[in-house]
Amino acid sequence: MKDKKTLTFSIMDGPYEQARTVTVFRLLDNAARRGYNLNVFAYEGAVNLPFSKQSKHPNAVHGHDAAEEDHPLPKDWVASLIQTAKKHGGALDWINCGLCVDERGAHEAIDGCRRGTPGDLWNWAQQSDNTLIVGTR
Amino acid sequence: MKVLQIIDSAYRCTIEEQDDPAVWITHAMKGAGADLDVLLCGNAVNYAVKGQDASGLRFGEIVQKNPPKLDNDIARLIGKNINVMVYTEDTAARGITEAQTLPGVRRVSRAEAPTIFSRYDQVWHW
Amino acid sequence: MEKYLLIESRDPYETREVENNYALASSLATAGNDVTLFLVQNGVLPARKGAKLNGLQEVINSGVHVLGDEFSLRERGIAMDTLPKGIRAAPIDVVVDQLAEGRKAIWL
Repeated sequence: MKDKKTLTFSIMDGPYEQARTVTVFRLLDNAARRGYNLNVFAYEGAVNLPFSKQSKHPNAVHGHDAAEEDHPLPKDWVASLIQTAKKHGGALDWINCGLCVDERGAHEAIDGCRRGTPGDLWNWAQQSDNTLIVGTR
Repeated sequence: MKVLQIIDSAYRCTIEEQDDPAVWITHAMKGAGADLDVLLCGNAVNYAVKGQDASGLRFGEIVQKNPPKLDNDIARLIGKNINVMVYTEDTAARGITEAQTLPGVRRVSRAEAPTIFSRYDQVWHW
Repeated sequence: MEKYLLIESRDPYETREVENNYALASSLATAGNDVTLFLVQNGVLPARKGAKLNGLQEVINSGVHVLGDEFSLRERGIAMDTLPKGIRAAPIDVVVDQLAEGRKAIWL
């Protein structure tokens, strides 16, 4: 693909606490559908986004059982984004900061997510068309 | 590639991490060969103040050892030939004088931002 | 002249830092750069008709391209045809376009 681009993102926020995750995932979805190669460096709380033990729950306030509620799980979004990138001829590579994983006990990540270091972020940035750092606030 | 690291979030999780994550990752990437400078703004200008002490905390029977030493971490950045800047408007608003600031920290104005940014290939805001 | 993409996800009612971010956008544009300020999440709240702009008007006057994320506007019930002059609704595609273009991109 002539216009195939590589973009790197670094995110810091854990799930269910703020709106930045959704915005970044919207960007990833948009870029994945273009067939871009995407890198995500999950730093700090963001290593919990692909944590495999997330589970759906019912919601009595909504009047829904677990199936009706179909509660969003970030790990499923991550998996779906990886598949979407692949389907459109690109790739989404996800690295969790290893020390951030250790201190949070978030070792059980879904397939497609691996452990790494800030050096990986720097290497990605050098090889990418652009890098967007999304800090926490 | 040369990158400017802008850091403004401050004292957010420094006790648990024993450092600031944005400062830490600057050290870590520098160790991996990165070419970086740092611009402290907002509350993070306080990281450049000499004489910080976060020791003495205990939670039940657990005494918190190795407290963060943000001023020392900034000084170590300067020791690695990383150019560390602070916005003077932000230090002034917080009553931070030049004498209270670590040696080697460059004081710049917000009005200089376009010129400063133009020297870098990318600007990363943590 | 350089090209900048600034992404503002916060609003000036929550934190004064946003006004500093607006001033940064203006200063980059005044210095001759091509600047896009993309408002997203609560960053679009000043785009409602009648809202206090808290410095955003100066950003518009300085020549910054101010865009409001269509989803964030819709999510907050802000009609896209009532935005103040100088703020335009835009899809998030614009951010990916400008990232791919290699603009200096800063999430404020």
